[in-house]
Amino acid sequence: MAWETVVGIETHAQLRTHSKIFSGASTAFGAPPNTQASAVDIALPGVLPVLNGRAVELAIRFGLAIGATIAPKSVFARKNYFYPDLPKGYQISQYELPVVLGGSLTIALPEGVKTVRITRAHLEEDAGKSLHEDFHGMSGIDLNRAGTPLLEIVTEPDLRGAKEALAYARALHALVRWIEICDGNMQEGSFRCDANVSVRKAGDDRLGTRCEIKNLNSFRFMEKAIEYEARRQIGILEAGGSITQETRLYDAERDETRSMRSKEDAQDYRYFPDPDLLPLAISEEETARIRAGMPELPAHKRERYAAQYALPSYDVMQLTESREKADYFERAAAAGAPAKLAANWLNGEIASRLNDAGLEFGAVPLPPEELARLLARIQDGTVSQKAAKDVLAQMWAGKGGADAIIEAKGLRQISDPGAIEALVDGVLAANAKQVEDYRAGKEKAFNSLVGQVMNQCRGRANPVQVNEILRRKLAR
Amino acid sequence: MLNASLTELSAALAGGKLSSVELTGAFINRIKSLNQKLNAFITVDEARSLAEARASDARRAQGAGRALEGIPIAHKDIFCTRGMRTTCGSRMLAEFDSPYDAHVIERFAGAGAVMLGKTNMDEFAMGSSNETSWFGPVRNPWDAGRVPGGSSGGSAAAVAARLAPGATGSDTGGSIRQPAALTGICGLKPTYGVVSRYGMIAFASSLDQGGPLAKSAADLALLMNAMAGFDARDSTSLERPAEDYGRELGLQIKGLRIGLPREYFGEGLEPEVRARVGEAVRWFESQGAKTVEITLPNTGLAVPVYYVIAPAEASSNLSRFDGLRYGHRAKEFSDLADLYRRTRAEGFGAEVKRRILIGTYVLSHGYYDAYYLQAQKIRRLVARDFKQAFGQCDLVMGPTSPGTAFALGAKAADPVQMYLNDIFTIPAPLAGLPGLSIPCGFDAAGLPVGLQIMGNHFAEARMLGAAHRYQQATDWHLRVPAGTPL
Amino acid sequence: MSLTLDQVRRIAHLARIEVSAEEIQGVMARLNRVLALIDQLQAVDTTGIEPMAHPLDAEAAVVQRRRPDQVTERDQREEFQRRAPAAEAGLYLVPKVIE
Repeated sequence: MAWETVVGIETHAQLRTHSKIFSGASTAFGAPPNTQASAVDIALPGVLPVLNGRAVELAIRFGLAIGATIAPKSVFARKNYFYPDLPKGYQISQYELPVVLGGSLTIALPEGVKTVRITRAHLEEDAGKSLHEDFHGMSGIDLNRAGTPLLEIVTEPDLRGAKEALAYARALHALVRWIEICDGNMQEGSFRCDANVSVRKAGDDRLGTRCEIKNLNSFRFMEKAIEYEARRQIGILEAGGSITQETRLYDAERDETRSMRSKEDAQDYRYFPDPDLLPLAISEEETARIRAGMPELPAHKRERYAAQYALPSYDVMQLTESREKADYFERAAAAGAPAKLAANWLNGEIASRLNDAGLEFGAVPLPPEELARLLARIQDGTVSQKAAKDVLAQMWAGKGGADAIIEAKGLRQISDPGAIEALVDGVLAANAKQVEDYRAGKEKAFNSLVGQVMNQCRGRANPVQVNEILRRKLAR
Repeated sequence: MLNASLTELSAALAGGKLSSVELTGAFINRIKSLNQKLNAFITVDEARSLAEARASDARRAQGAGRALEGIPIAHKDIFCTRGMRTTCGSRMLAEFDSPYDAHVIERFAGAGAVMLGKTNMDEFAMGSSNETSWFGPVRNPWDAGRVPGGSSGGSAAAVAARLAPGATGSDTGGSIRQPAALTGICGLKPTYGVVSRYGMIAFASSLDQGGPLAKSAADLALLMNAMAGFDARDSTSLERPAEDYGRELGLQIKGLRIGLPREYFGEGLEPEVRARVGEAVRWFESQGAKTVEITLPNTGLAVPVYYVIAPAEASSNLSRFDGLRYGHRAKEFSDLADLYRRTRAEGFGAEVKRRILIGTYVLSHGYYDAYYLQAQKIRRLVARDFKQAFGQCDLVMGPTSPGTAFALGAKAADPVQMYLNDIFTIPAPLAGLPGLSIPCGFDAAGLPVGLQIMGNHFAEARMLGAAHRYQQATDWHLRVPAGTPL
Repeated sequence: MSLTLDQVRRIAHLARIEVSAEEIQGVMARLNRVLALIDQLQAVDTTGIEPMAHPLDAEAAVVQRRRPDQVTERDQREEFQRRAPAAEAGLYLVPKVIE
């Protein structure tokens, strides 16, 4: 019997602000402990929260980017619980009336695109950090992070399995960076996901009991954690057991999830509207103004690319993975690069170089105009695809422009039919055995002859012409 | 000098007849001789007060006299003060030295006032008798065996016994007006949002409002001019143009429509309170005011509404007192949970703990709708009652408290009996409305009776005007308790 | 509604307040007195009445102000931690936190 894994994702995206959501303390990462914890952040008696307007604007940007409703009135609420990294004894969040309602995100899957429904997104403050190094048997509390603005983004249980969940998380990560509301830095905790995982028999339309998996601080862990958790749940169900709804922590070292005892303490958060803050009102004028300042969104770019450049949808999805990549593509195309060729190179050679170096698209060391020149040289036959890769490597290393490298390294493609014929003739004369084999029907011999021709010219001969001339001469 | 109005003191200071050092010294000496008996102050720092007075005299010598230049003012110990401990009447903060000043403290300093000390109060402003203070009860200057009311009991007793010419307080369900009534002085709870709550330790955020206590309505107006004002650090502080709270002191009583809520004159009102309040109302009628009987039908529900909403907010506001970053921490504990439980059990008194528990309960899963949400709905009904009433009248008058000062310990055993004492002062803050209490006579035992004047939002100047006209014709507010003679 | 001893214990736990075995009966009795008072609210028909969370939300419809996104606070760690019951290396020290 086949099982289906159902996943919903909750993401905490740290909003890109200079100061905290309710205080004027800096949000810069990596400061010495508690040096960015103001009176409000450490909850001194008598202090009060005042809302950072930028955080609201960034939340609205997100809402617009996913086609959500921007609530004309939303309410801040207190979530009450005791924990040393929560100085007030409550977290200011939004509960019944969040700022962003509904909307969706389209993700690319091998079998096609899928639309994931977003339930809501709300503003809240982050907690501090407990450091578990031993201080005479005590823990240390750093409140620098307390009060950092977060947007919590919650999906419907629309995702099936770890791969889809991962695709969603990547797409969301790209989007929040695209619209510049979050730096997406996962090492620094700027983008954190929790997964609600349940399993059910394929075809069943009821949801199983879910467990919330916390601490998924990389995409890789997220995939592994969901896979582990699904296996665990299936194991229990197949053995005739039942799933207990609970919060579980992913332990990357052991590749397993385990129950969080501290959260089991039957939480009762006693949410109620924060009386220190008034309802957050957002006018249509404000929404319109923010909409006008938005960059072109990935969905729109995808439609445009398909129409303008006649690119297949897989290429388009890949090109719009990040705003930097899309911008790079558009600049290269504007500089004359053939669109399909540019797409192939950006999604292939360049993507893999970046991947090997662990870099993002913004870090490509050559300007798109230079890449366009190289691609033009492929298009006009000056260099082969293979040689162009060598040229790119040189350009990558800062050794100069495409044309200069082609000349200096002698990589110009040999396209003169006379020169190629001379090369072919030489190879045929020296390899009578292979010629015979080929004529006796051994196709492999042909490849060997092509290889020899290419070897002779260090790969510079136009391979299409080599093939064509070789076949013609062998046919005689 | 000790019984002079703020206007008179300002004139004497401005005319060079008196220095701030002399004036401050006189009040300090009186505190020294009477505080042992009254317990009105938790902290007095003579050297600091005199240094501030000297600095004020120096400013004046340079011609830079401000609105309250050189006037010593006592502050309720709920306002955070840098360099002078802020206890909120609690063991939890018994030695807490705030690293910053409350907005109200800044405003008084900015107006040139001298800080006389920090006054005693019910713990975290939870109480109506000043008996819940960790620093012991305050005694009523009119009868040391009786309570001064609460929670601003220290400020009220200080002004009543002339230990200070004016003081600050805070009012959540009557904590300025009720002690003012019980000690024969004047106290104003402003419209919600007029005085910044920044640095005023929170009890119930949607109800708390700072305000002044003084001998007369005219003095309250001067103190309000210093206290009120927009503060960007409080999201509930209202951005309004500055106003002169004394601008209607010459109010025409003739034609003023005074609403008398039927519910404020029913059963449970002590006969002598009814009589004194009735006499005051008749004075206004004699001056041409028109009285109208009105109804505030949800008055009886205000107390239960308040005892859901205020504890709910308090239970959350007081969660920060956990022994981790400041304040009391239990000496012995086995683990983190034990540290929390013991710290809070030791640091808070019985009434505060009771309200935290009630508040926790009414917000908890399964009870929120029945208690908290229901209370919020009825809160709106209470507010609507007033809205309706102010369509029929300009001001509402009635008793501040159903009785005069009660004996220490008399209501300590049953919390509900204590709570019901605030029935007339609780409705105004639920609606965010201003309320004023002024003295209007005494009962047979010689205990003061308070007249409450309520107005629509931002009607403080008119309320003070009506009170001032009454005080021009009466001298209740000038009487000094026999036990603390000048 | 009337609280049971178990409920009192549960509430005290949520509020992180130790209630000793000796005092719990008295605490419960007084809490139940207060509950009897606030239970009066249950009798009121509030159909169609909007909850009023805040006095400024009621008639004036004042909305949340927003401040500009500027860093206005400087480091006051030393000043703040002078008030801390236990601090070391810039951290507030608490009994071991168990995840």
